[in-house]
Amino acid sequence: MPHVDWPALLPQYFLGGGGLVLLTLGSLLRRRLPAWFATVFSAGAALGALGGVIWLWIRVQDPARGAFTTIADTIGIDGFSVFLSGVVAVSVLLAAVLASGTLRRAGLPVEEFCVLLLLSGAGGVTMASANDLIVLFLGLEVLSIAAYVLAALDLRRGTSQEAGLKYFVLGAFASAFFLYGVALLYGATGSTKLGLVAEFLAGGGSESDALLLGGMALLLVGLFFKVAAVPFHAWTPDVYEGSPPVAVAYMSAGVKAAGFAALLRVFNAALGANAADWQPIVYAIAALTVLAGATLAVVQSDVRRLLAYSSISHAGFILVGVEAATDQGLAGSLFYLGVYAFLALGSFAVVTIIGYGADGRQSLDAYDGLAKRSPALAAAFAVLLLAQAGVPFTTGFWAKLEVIGASVEARSYWLAAMAMLGAVVAAFLYLRIVVRMYLTAPALTARPPVSRSAGFVVAVCAAVTVVFGVLPGPLVELTNDATVWLGG
Amino acid sequence: MILAATSTQDFPVLGMLVVLPLLGAAAVLLLPRSRVELVRPVAVLFMSAAAAVAGWIIATYPVASGGFEMVVDQPWVAAWGISWKLGVDGISLFLLALTALLFPLGALAVDPGHDHKAYYVWLLLLEFGCLGVFSALDLLLFFLFFEVVLVPMYFLIGQWGHGNARYSAVKFFLFTMFGSALMLVGILAVAFLHASATGGPLTFDVVEIAEAQSLATTTARWIFLAFALGFAVKVPLIPVHTWLPDAHTDAPTAGSVILAGVLLKLGTYGFVRFGLYLFPEASRFFAPLMLTLGVVGILYGAAVATMQTDLKRLIAYSSVAHLGFIVLGIFALNTEGLSGGLLQMVNHGLSTGALFLLVGYIYEGRHTRAIAELGGLARPAPVLALTFMVVMLSSVGLPGLNGFVGEFLVLLGAFEAHRWWAVLATAGVILAAIYLLWAYQRVFHGPVRGENAKMVDLRWREGLVLAPLLALIIFLGVYPRPVLDRMEPSVDALVTHVEAHRSPGAVDTAEPEAAP
Repeated sequence: MPHVDWPALLPQYFLGGGGLVLLTLGSLLRRRLPAWFATVFSAGAALGALGGVIWLWIRVQDPARGAFTTIADTIGIDGFSVFLSGVVAVSVLLAAVLASGTLRRAGLPVEEFCVLLLLSGAGGVTMASANDLIVLFLGLEVLSIAAYVLAALDLRRGTSQEAGLKYFVLGAFASAFFLYGVALLYGATGSTKLGLVAEFLAGGGSESDALLLGGMALLLVGLFFKVAAVPFHAWTPDVYEGSPPVAVAYMSAGVKAAGFAALLRVFNAALGANAADWQPIVYAIAALTVLAGATLAVVQSDVRRLLAYSSISHAGFILVGVEAATDQGLAGSLFYLGVYAFLALGSFAVVTIIGYGADGRQSLDAYDGLAKRSPALAAAFAVLLLAQAGVPFTTGFWAKLEVIGASVEARSYWLAAMAMLGAVVAAFLYLRIVVRMYLTAPALTARPPVSRSAGFVVAVCAAVTVVFGVLPGPLVELTNDATVWLGG
Repeated sequence: MILAATSTQDFPVLGMLVVLPLLGAAAVLLLPRSRVELVRPVAVLFMSAAAAVAGWIIATYPVASGGFEMVVDQPWVAAWGISWKLGVDGISLFLLALTALLFPLGALAVDPGHDHKAYYVWLLLLEFGCLGVFSALDLLLFFLFFEVVLVPMYFLIGQWGHGNARYSAVKFFLFTMFGSALMLVGILAVAFLHASATGGPLTFDVVEIAEAQSLATTTARWIFLAFALGFAVKVPLIPVHTWLPDAHTDAPTAGSVILAGVLLKLGTYGFVRFGLYLFPEASRFFAPLMLTLGVVGILYGAAVATMQTDLKRLIAYSSVAHLGFIVLGIFALNTEGLSGGLLQMVNHGLSTGALFLLVGYIYEGRHTRAIAELGGLARPAPVLALTFMVVMLSSVGLPGLNGFVGEFLVLLGAFEAHRWWAVLATAGVILAAIYLLWAYQRVFHGPVRGENAKMVDLRWREGLVLAPLLALIIFLGVYPRPVLDRMEPSVDALVTHVEAHRSPGAVDTAEPEAAP
């Protein structure tokens, strides 16, 4: 029995344990639980996880104690893992709040949603702190399987079932790639522990280049699928369109962060010594993802598909930071993930408000003249969209600056230039929605009903976007501190 | 070097100037919904306060100084070495003043008709951005301001514009954003390369980077191109000018005034401050290209303006020609050309701003801008006709009015440096006389037909808005000395700076004495 540093797993207890407790209570006391219970419980669990994250952060940043590993080196707690656990916990928290006002109106089960959300979050947190490829795979599966069910939660709608099935089949396929990659990497380096892999590679290279390169390629395929990089993105628009928007809000923020946690941990830390081998691939994929995501988004007329392609384009930007393979690149990717979580959650919260739950008004036409009908909502959405376009004095600008800066510092000028051109194309699609809201006469006159919880989420996300857009200093420091990591 | 000489003072006047419009925007936002009538007075109050501060800055600006004055330096994002560094020199002084003058006039000139609150908030935010661009001495801060002006202008054109406003607004936004996309890469490259060449911490300080000249020659040329694309779109230079006629024509009157008067200067000012100053050798290297683009702009703008049937579009194309003159002056790279270019920036702001106001008034009276439908307006509106004539002649460059001084200096500078370009540009002066006089003739003379007889003359309030512009047009034409005196020390220092970094070999990274 290896030594276990129990408090190091605080976020896992709250999210995973919370999910199981809620599941048990829900099935035993089904009729007797008040309607608000699931929401309050899961928000409380997410807040508890967040508290654990803060406690761990203080512990990790204390120079006397620093980063550490536990459970026989399979879990690594460092600035990186704690920061991304925080992003996942925040996504869970906001998604739980958003769900309370939205799902009931759409006739969907709130309890089941919350259980799956908490379990998926537990998987995400585990991925963020995994220091062993097997543990990473466990986290990945817990995260993904819960997410597959979330996608299919709206049973009455064929598109939701289709989304769940598509996500599941393709996701399982990608997991297989990932697992095969793990096996090959193990064959090449003799360990699944990331620390040992890095040590082995730094010590003079592998027994067999074919095994190592093959393993890397397969791992990349699996992880590119999870983060929806082109050309492994095909599932994203369908899943984002079919799934309940609340689930998508969580997927685009939390699942994406967890996917990048795995990518960064495996490639920047464990395989950092072989960066020259994988950088060219990431270079090409990053450029392709930014440009293709933005270009394909332009022709969409369904807001969910449009935001799906925009999230693909953002994933490309984060890959630009990954490609740099430097501390600044790491900090930039983390900054981008933290910022984008709020942008995506806020945007999809607006989609739930306008879409009246799960189906109906999801085309761009539903946004016509929103500024006249509901000025505050339109203003908040405009802030979130302009931030995604990278307008100054919003967090979105600093996020772009962080990754483009890292890319320039690493002398990848052409990648930086291509990414910026992609940003211009993407700006067009955000403007399309802004034009609808502000410069188009409303076809409908009804004010969209803004539930208190959804309004709260939108307001929080817009406020974070503007406040940290004007004063980005603390967030920059935070992500710079988060790069203090176990360093393979 | 003189340019580096800076002075700081206890009270951050410049910071106050930049922040005042922002405070105004907040004040307007906080006004209760029921008190719409207060919106315009409050907005104009804050803009006038900014104008007063700008006046005070001119009054206290030390005439002989060639360096940056009234410097404010407040660290902002420490990890990136970004700071709120503001400063003013002879180059930016009058552009700041022009901005501070045109905004209150534009705000007073024409009532937006609907959504007053949002309109004035956007105008104030736009002024904040423009003042920021002209005073920023931190590359990244400059870029933030340079980009942020897109948003208010986009909404101003889109929501209060005429015709195909939505299309024009989006086109404006995307063109400008496309231009500056690569500039951000360039800015980051400059900062990182500077930091690694000097071994110092990351900094975006314009003065420090420009004085060190630590970049290799070829690298500097590439980065200059990245910057130049951003500025060329803003100026605009051929062939990235196509957003301009649409945006100018469809924007509301105040939007056109600001767009022509201030926003286009962001590009030419950018060439001076961030082209010549940061990349002196690259500026010299690309000068023939820039001069050619300038001359092409002059001739093309004039030729196309002659063909226009819409009065506002005609003036929009005349801007292309005028901005070509400014670029010609800047890239003559001598004192006469640069001073002329700078003066012409102010002149163009005054006269084109006034022209757009006048066209706005004609449109309000006649609800058309088609030259063919106008005619004989001088009969029912003599004061309007007279004002239009003075402004139009200033735009043509008639001696005794402001346009002449600037154009003359530009041509003088260009002739000294590159004779044949100057000769071609002179043809543009004649073309300008042709299209403007012809337009004036068709609009104001001839028989008074139909509706034109009912045209209302300038009201006293409209006259008051135009009066300061007219006064400056005449004053600068007769006595430009006070302006030139304040510009010349900074211009001389800049020309010396460009001369000092002449030969490619002298500014290599390897040279240790290049480091500060």
